[in-house]
Amino acid sequence: MMFNNAKYQSTPRAFCLAALCLSTTIVCTTALADQAAKDRGLEIAIAVQAQDDGFGDSESAMTMTLINRAGKESVRRMRSRILEVPGDGDKSMSIFDEPADVKGTASLTYSHANEADEQWLFLPALKRVKRISSKNKSGPFMGSEFAFEDISSQEVDKYDYTYLGDETVDGIAVHKIEAVPTYKHSGYTRLINYIDTERLVPIKVEYFDRKNAALKTLSISDYEKHMDKYWRAGKMEMQNQQTGKRTVLTWSDYAFQTGLSEKDFNSNSLKRLR
Amino acid sequence: MNEMYKTTPTKPAPNNSLLEKYSRWLVNNPVLVLIASILITLALATGGKNLSFTNDYRVFFSDENPQLIAFEELQDAYTKSDNILVMLQPKNGDVFSEETLTAVADLTERAWQVPFSIRVDSLTNYQNMVAEEDDLMVTDLVEDSTQLRAEDLTYIRETALAQPTLVKKLVSPDGTATGVNITMEMPAELSDEDRLLPKEERDLKDPQIALQLAVDDARIMLAEIEAKYPDIEFTSTGLVMMNQAFPEATMKDMSTIIPMAFGVIIVGILILIASPVSMIATVLVVLMSIMAAMGTAGWMGYKLTPPSASAPTLILTLAVADCVHYLVTLYHNLRSGMDRKDAVVESLRVNAMPIFLTSVTTAIGFLSMNASDAPPFRDLGNITAIGVLYAFFLAMTFLPAFTALTSRAKKVEKKSKGSQLMNGLANLVIKQRKPLFIVMGVIMVGLAVLTPKNELNDVFVEYFDETVPFRVETDKITENLSGLYLVDYSIDSGEEGGVSNPGFLAKVEEFEQYLEARPEVQHVNAITETVRRLNRSMHGDDQAYYKLPDSRELSAQYLLLYEMSLPYGLDLNNQINFDKSTTRLSVTLDTLSTVEMLQFEKEVKAWMDDNTPSISTLGTGPTVMFSHIGMRNIISMLSGTSIALVLISLILVFALRSLKFGLISLIPNLAPALMSFGLWALLVGQVGLAVSIVVAMTLGIVVDDTIHFLSKYLRARREQNMSAEDAVRYAFNTVGVALFVTTVVLVGGFLVISQSNFLVNSEMGLLTAVTIAVALIVDFLFLPPLLLFLDGNKKIKHESTSSQAPVAPNAA
Repeated sequence: MMFNNAKYQSTPRAFCLAALCLSTTIVCTTALADQAAKDRGLEIAIAVQAQDDGFGDSESAMTMTLINRAGKESVRRMRSRILEVPGDGDKSMSIFDEPADVKGTASLTYSHANEADEQWLFLPALKRVKRISSKNKSGPFMGSEFAFEDISSQEVDKYDYTYLGDETVDGIAVHKIEAVPTYKHSGYTRLINYIDTERLVPIKVEYFDRKNAALKTLSISDYEKHMDKYWRAGKMEMQNQQTGKRTVLTWSDYAFQTGLSEKDFNSNSLKRLR
Repeated sequence: MNEMYKTTPTKPAPNNSLLEKYSRWLVNNPVLVLIASILITLALATGGKNLSFTNDYRVFFSDENPQLIAFEELQDAYTKSDNILVMLQPKNGDVFSEETLTAVADLTERAWQVPFSIRVDSLTNYQNMVAEEDDLMVTDLVEDSTQLRAEDLTYIRETALAQPTLVKKLVSPDGTATGVNITMEMPAELSDEDRLLPKEERDLKDPQIALQLAVDDARIMLAEIEAKYPDIEFTSTGLVMMNQAFPEATMKDMSTIIPMAFGVIIVGILILIASPVSMIATVLVVLMSIMAAMGTAGWMGYKLTPPSASAPTLILTLAVADCVHYLVTLYHNLRSGMDRKDAVVESLRVNAMPIFLTSVTTAIGFLSMNASDAPPFRDLGNITAIGVLYAFFLAMTFLPAFTALTSRAKKVEKKSKGSQLMNGLANLVIKQRKPLFIVMGVIMVGLAVLTPKNELNDVFVEYFDETVPFRVETDKITENLSGLYLVDYSIDSGEEGGVSNPGFLAKVEEFEQYLEARPEVQHVNAITETVRRLNRSMHGDDQAYYKLPDSRELSAQYLLLYEMSLPYGLDLNNQINFDKSTTRLSVTLDTLSTVEMLQFEKEVKAWMDDNTPSISTLGTGPTVMFSHIGMRNIISMLSGTSIALVLISLILVFALRSLKFGLISLIPNLAPALMSFGLWALLVGQVGLAVSIVVAMTLGIVVDDTIHFLSKYLRARREQNMSAEDAVRYAFNTVGVALFVTTVVLVGGFLVISQSNFLVNSEMGLLTAVTIAVALIVDFLFLPPLLLFLDGNKKIKHESTSSQAPVAPNAA
């Protein structure tokens, strides 16, 4: 109560006025600063997304290694195909090669920013395509530390961004951006992205669970530039802080613009895969 | 106190022993001794700042405990079992109403906010799978609880009550109660690395602070939800709540039992010695012994558990005995007109050796608890042994110094009623030796053979008595929803991905069905149920496909699909390990006694060996761990008790200077514990973990009586050449009253401990109290006839005809 003395008591109105002005200024400045941080965050997110525009379609192979607390490993392999869909989430297809008992199983996903993704799954043992309707696919993907939402198409509209400043991660200058999922069934309260200022690619992501406790950390490395333009990671490592388990994804055999089209991404095409 | 009653009011004979020199020095420098002993005590006591309460039921198991190891392995492979279970009981008796389901949804949502929660299971977020041709819909069973029509409620009720995974787990079969289960991943321990973290982050890794954070938040959550839904009754249990009940019960114990014990000794000393100075001196010695022992425990890094937290009361009880011996002699001397300094020196002279011997035997008894498989008992034994030895140290320093400065008493000429009673008792025992010997012998053997009739029963929930809220709420949930008696089987297929192998699944299903048919089984949660359900959903919900698929690929692909459709925190990791080589099958059982539990374990294992040998394994979990704890500790304590017995017997042989009497003493030393177990079998019939330590613990205490009685008897025989009968009279007259008084103090102290709200302590207290009381009866009624029988025949002819003891000394 620093104003609580005789001098100010004689002019309460002037004091109130001054206080009002002061607080308004603070609120406005804060709001302005907030808005600026949001704008900056969105700007960077758009820039990251934009440099990937026009890749058309791509294919790649992925190895997923699950590592438990005791250090034991279990490996899965799959291939993926992605078709860029301007203005909406990409269409993607995953074909499982290992373990042997799921070989030939394939999933087709139409991802969307703010509504449930559409997903079909072909089960070779059943010889049928099943359409899965589930709002909530935040669970682990193939028993790994990755959720489906972590590796599906990262659309700008899926999050609200706030720029938190610049930092250095492993000697690389980064923008630190907080991303709050806009989809209400997301498994996270927020993510913190660390975007390489030069290449404009994420090199680290921190995930916070529903109670805003640190859940897992993703480290992305071994980036390679394809077709002189498109950065693709060679390795992603997800460490779960709560359970001590981790999963390593390694990507290889990237190929771009291989001639895939819409007709390769519908539920009938799932059955024709090998 | 062997010689104290023989002292004469004259100045003690000059004695140039070390003890004599020390005593003389002490009475001339009491202030120095006083200050030094207080400073040493305070230095040790500062370790108390390191003491903290443990809050993990796992402390009852050593790191080598095979059941604990199996359980930790299981926890590592799957989601942890630490949980909080909240039960909702609507007053209208129907869970399937809009209000109750809204409350469940609210609670489910809020439960995700409880620190360390990693999974929340409830009726509303149950992942319900509905098939329409080739469309599969996986949704929360209750999507929006505020817009439910009557037919929705009917659908939810029918679906929920038809799910084997839900009924008797998250919803009662009659639909009157439902549960929200929060699975938690609590930090295991604070690593050295973690200690360097900033406070806020460090707190999250400190198991104790973490538990407090989680429980505090859960209680806030419950208070909020109770206020919001007054027509629903909320009750909570779970392993996390149980862990929190440990420090709470410990603190409650310490805040009621220790003051009660102090009250008992204050009143006791005032009545028995009738001297306020004695009372103050005793309270100070006891207080300082406790402070030093607990402080040392702190320096040694001990954590307080309900058993080790009873150490102060034990030390208090045992230290009082030391003081009583010293003070009784001192006041006897003072009242006989001896000068204060001389009285102190004389009391030290006659008491130093007996107090030393009894302290050492008592400490040995407690130190033998180090053999226990349950670390809390090792701590209890060590802390108490330290306290007992420290009390001896104080009885030789602080106590004489304090009394040298403060004690005073008028010279009185008074015959003790006690010694007259003892004389009468001696004559009675001698006269009726034959019937007494036979009757006592029959009683002793009769009670001892009943010992095995005690049923071993360790029910961890029942470790807390009904004054502990955790116990009350757990009982209620067990009665209305689901038991806390869980056994987990980690079933190994032997190969990566082998969980989908149809041969393996068929075996698991066979086992599942076997368990379900057992009468004590409430609920079985097996992966086979999920696979059957998936198979049905994949065939358009056709009930004909509610069975295991016949190909490995089908099961694997179903599981892959299922996993891809599940939300965060509701994955299959609680049932399948990371490389899909093993699966967890959880069984919920009725409340079983340990004997029934072990029988269940044995029968199930035998069945598996016969019928499903390829997947045969032992179950695990807290229930299994606590079923084995009693027997494991009895076995581990056998060696500890044996070592204590040998050491104590050696001390007796040395103290009595006779092998023969050392061996005779085994009977009155061991019989009391066996007899009290027999008595227990008759009156109670069930014993738990506490039983394993009582023999070793009481051995060190009851042996004191034997030492006193036999040493008096032998002194009379050897030095005064008395007949066996007169020697018995002499023993009764010299130590009878003192033995009675110390027994009263000890029984009083242990009866106070039996008031603990923690069953292990109260059983231990009561059993020990009974054993000590029985020991006195054996020493008074059986030992004398035994001595007359074994030792009396030869010289009985020379027996003096006087019925009066040759020495009729004064007693307390």
